[in-house]
Amino acid sequence: MDIATKLFYVFLGLFIVLNWGMLMSATMRKIGARIAGRYGIPFYQPWIDLVKLYSLRDSITHGVMFYLGPVFRLAGGLGMFLFMPMIFGSEYFSNFSFAGDLVLIMYFQFFGMLGMALGASEGAHPYSAIGISRGLSQFTTIEVPMTLAIISLAIQYHTLSISDIVAAQQGGIMNWTLFTNPFATIAAMLSLLGAFGHSPFNLVKAPNEIPIGPPTEYHSSFLGVLRTNAAILHVVEAVLFMNLFFGGATSWLELIIKSFLIYFWSVFVGVVFPRFRIEQSVQWFLKIPLLFGVIAIIIFM
Amino acid sequence: MTNENKNHDKFLHEENKIREVEAPDGSIIKVDPLNDYFLTDRPVVREPKNKVVEKFLNWARAESLWVLGFGTGCGSIEIPPLVTPRFDAYRFGVQMRPTPRQSNVFIISGYLAVKTLKRVIRTYEQMQGPKYVLALGSCTINGGMYWDSYNTINRLDHFIPVDVYVAGCMPRPEALLAGFAKLKERIKAGRAEGANEYAEKFDWYKANQKKIINDWNMPDYNW
Repeated sequence: MDIATKLFYVFLGLFIVLNWGMLMSATMRKIGARIAGRYGIPFYQPWIDLVKLYSLRDSITHGVMFYLGPVFRLAGGLGMFLFMPMIFGSEYFSNFSFAGDLVLIMYFQFFGMLGMALGASEGAHPYSAIGISRGLSQFTTIEVPMTLAIISLAIQYHTLSISDIVAAQQGGIMNWTLFTNPFATIAAMLSLLGAFGHSPFNLVKAPNEIPIGPPTEYHSSFLGVLRTNAAILHVVEAVLFMNLFFGGATSWLELIIKSFLIYFWSVFVGVVFPRFRIEQSVQWFLKIPLLFGVIAIIIFM
Repeated sequence: MTNENKNHDKFLHEENKIREVEAPDGSIIKVDPLNDYFLTDRPVVREPKNKVVEKFLNWARAESLWVLGFGTGCGSIEIPPLVTPRFDAYRFGVQMRPTPRQSNVFIISGYLAVKTLKRVIRTYEQMQGPKYVLALGSCTINGGMYWDSYNTINRLDHFIPVDVYVAGCMPRPEALLAGFAKLKERIKAGRAEGANEYAEKFDWYKANQKKIINDWNMPDYNW
């Protein structure tokens, strides 16, 4: 396949992922609203918000890093997308996945947060600084059980390529990592709760405590870029977990159903449990998820 | 516009006074916070784009009203019910935002004390245009029951441009929702140009504000 065709399909995939991400977040907000007994936003609200954000007439800046913060964040989300095989066995929607893409994707997961930290600190708002310190300390502890689970997978399948891990899970539901390596799955699914940042672990952006955290100073098109990235990132993170633990997807429909259910897991926990304080969430990740991660490693040693 | 004379103001905060600080390499740096840390530019008028594009953008702006969570008076008690199941303003694209940078609608909920007026002006100027003001309650129209009070302002639109008034003491949340509907009509018709009006009549608004606020210890325009 020549590079022009490849790029066409990459952009097509990106378009689908972006729109599915926005529809998914709207659906989840509607589910949250129904649980609270409300009707909630119309399902097309995220698109309108995005148009409005990009079309604001004023947008002041605090300096170069302030500009680059959302750009780095978007680069993190796009980087994860570009190296993620979306549809298993499809030549067109495998993007640029290669032998060691799992390591690169783990790196891109953290890259966006660091870029955002640099940009938000140039905004000089005290709440941004608090949000960043909370976000980075929480994400560092999330990474520990998640990395242990992924190392366990690498030992189990003898590969760091996501395509190979998906290939090894084909041929029936009992071949999924969910059943062949349940401890790694539990550790990863618990750390996923923190990665999505829903209720028990949403202290980073706690809107009624530290007004929205790191993006306090971000507005108009800056915030538009951050929201675009959030839509992409939510789908891509869910697809990463789908590929690693739930047998991947062979069609867009399967991808949509599985990513919806994975994302719904974090929303479900979010509407049930109240918010943790930061030291509670850090300790929580270093207890049960870490224990499951270590067990998953020991079993496959 | 210069902030030179402000440095002798007896109301000036300690952290805004001209001072000398020692840099890590030992050199002495003179810091003038009001000129160094704040922009001294005036607001400028942002002309709307061509008609068709602006009509679409105005529709988007009207359907996505982000309200600043800042209650100025007793009327702010009417805002929390908007997000409860009974009134559910989310249905109409009305969402709450915690920071002025991200919000477009400023609800002045009830009477404005002189002390609050100062914060309101700072907050209003930090919002990114196009921005809209919804004045809630009789106190914002003519002072209401506080019209002869020594410490509250009477007419809000002498200090910041107002798009929609919701009369009553207190107006119920339904009235507030009706106010939002009215605001949407105004935005869609392209008549909600408060930010541009503020930029055009900046001197008049500043003169009015300074007449009321005696301890003016902030820059003239808070970006």
